[in-house]
Amino acid sequence: MSTTEAPASDLDPFSIAFFDDPFPEHARLREAGPVVRLRHLGCWGVARWQEVTAVFNDWPTYVSSRGVGLQDFARETPWRSPSLVLERDPPEHTRARAVLGRVLSPAAMKGLREDFAAAAERKVAELLDRGTFDAIPDLAEAFPLSVFPDALGVRPDGREHLLPFAAVTFNAFGPDNDLRRQALAGVAPHLAWVMEQCRRENLAPGSFGAAIHAAADTGELTPEEAPVLVRSLFSAGLDTTINGIGAALWCLARFPGEYARLHADPSLARAAFEEAIRFESPVQTFFRTTSRPTELGGVPLGEGEKVLMFLAAANRDPRRWDRPDAYDIARRTSGHVGFGAGIHMCVGQLLARLEGEVLLAALARRVRGIEIAGTPVRRYNNTLRGLASLPLTLHAA
Amino acid sequence: MPSITFIHPDGRRQEIEADDGSSVMQAAIAEGLEEILAECGGNCMCATCHVYVIEDSAGALPPPTQDEDALLDGTAAERRPNSRLSCQLPASEGLVLELPERQT
Repeated sequence: MSTTEAPASDLDPFSIAFFDDPFPEHARLREAGPVVRLRHLGCWGVARWQEVTAVFNDWPTYVSSRGVGLQDFARETPWRSPSLVLERDPPEHTRARAVLGRVLSPAAMKGLREDFAAAAERKVAELLDRGTFDAIPDLAEAFPLSVFPDALGVRPDGREHLLPFAAVTFNAFGPDNDLRRQALAGVAPHLAWVMEQCRRENLAPGSFGAAIHAAADTGELTPEEAPVLVRSLFSAGLDTTINGIGAALWCLARFPGEYARLHADPSLARAAFEEAIRFESPVQTFFRTTSRPTELGGVPLGEGEKVLMFLAAANRDPRRWDRPDAYDIARRTSGHVGFGAGIHMCVGQLLARLEGEVLLAALARRVRGIEIAGTPVRRYNNTLRGLASLPLTLHAA
Repeated sequence: MPSITFIHPDGRRQEIEADDGSSVMQAAIAEGLEEILAECGGNCMCATCHVYVIEDSAGALPPPTQDEDALLDGTAAERRPNSRLSCQLPASEGLVLELPERQT
């Protein structure tokens, strides 16, 4: 195939105006071509499902070790030591990933299900008593915070650092804008607390954190690597599920017909959560860096160039999905890229699904209808899409 | 276009034509078989495309990798000696696969 010049765009996909309504811009990017030059950022963008999937699956060409944000680690020093999984390539990636994969395996999830389901039932019962509440702090945040830090093995004191630390991590993938600068300006106390918590003696026995440290005993990890790998769960284990659950609540509140289907058949809870991940894509974007000159969608790319993947745009690409802008809880969602794809696909995806499923199932059984009780307020982050506030009223079944 | 046969949990047999080069999981999804979820999309990370291999007359199936073996310990339906993740199985002529009752 002969190569062509890519169309160019002056879009800033990390601006507040874009975050307020990204969908028309996503459509323009998809229609412009398989690869678009993003002049404002000095990088390439891919917004179609096929190219996003292709980049994810070609890790030798599109590497993660030079950072999965706009910053190129080959040219600039990252704000923290690189992640052992997210910001590594094979073979180093493979070893650390295997440890996390085991800690967060389907078999491990079976052991958590009963406790997580009981916590979800308690939370929904408590909120039904209140009737009207803010579904972001009181449910989307409160439920994961009631189960995940304990599963990770975090001490009870100082947990107020958890959410600010995660927010910094995801803001830091963006360009040098106000969101990133403000996040990094305040990160020091959060990072110090997190690194202290990642030490073996500060993690509860039987927890995810303890299991990661145990891999240092068998030589799978070095003692220096274990706390850095634990840090990945502090970075990626909470804001993601919070925004995933927030997305599901926001979808079910906006589409009462879909909530009625879920109420009629609570076994659809897991599918309703998965479809919300496709529909809202709580993690909106990730970058890769070319390790060599290559070609994508007929466009020649040089070595050392950043490629921005628009996961949310791929998840609504009409080339891949029927009625992409409909939230349909019976949809076959296999192949969506809300959790990424390829070797770096979210290692906590099973935990996210477990949390989402048990919470939506508890709602489905106990709640007849969900009503929006006030104006939702968006929360801005360079990578994460979600709300800061969503007033809801629940009607008991 | 290899043809492969699925046996549904109710005993019903269904023969489908798979695209050349596709996995058993991809063939099942393309056909709309509800018993295969494939939540991770074929990345060998979720164990929701579990099948039981009843017949592999061509002997074409690769042995499970360490990753697949570990995931099979967490399948929702009982793990049996012939349990496999269908995203790891190339669709080859004459395969007969039984679908489990549940994937989650």
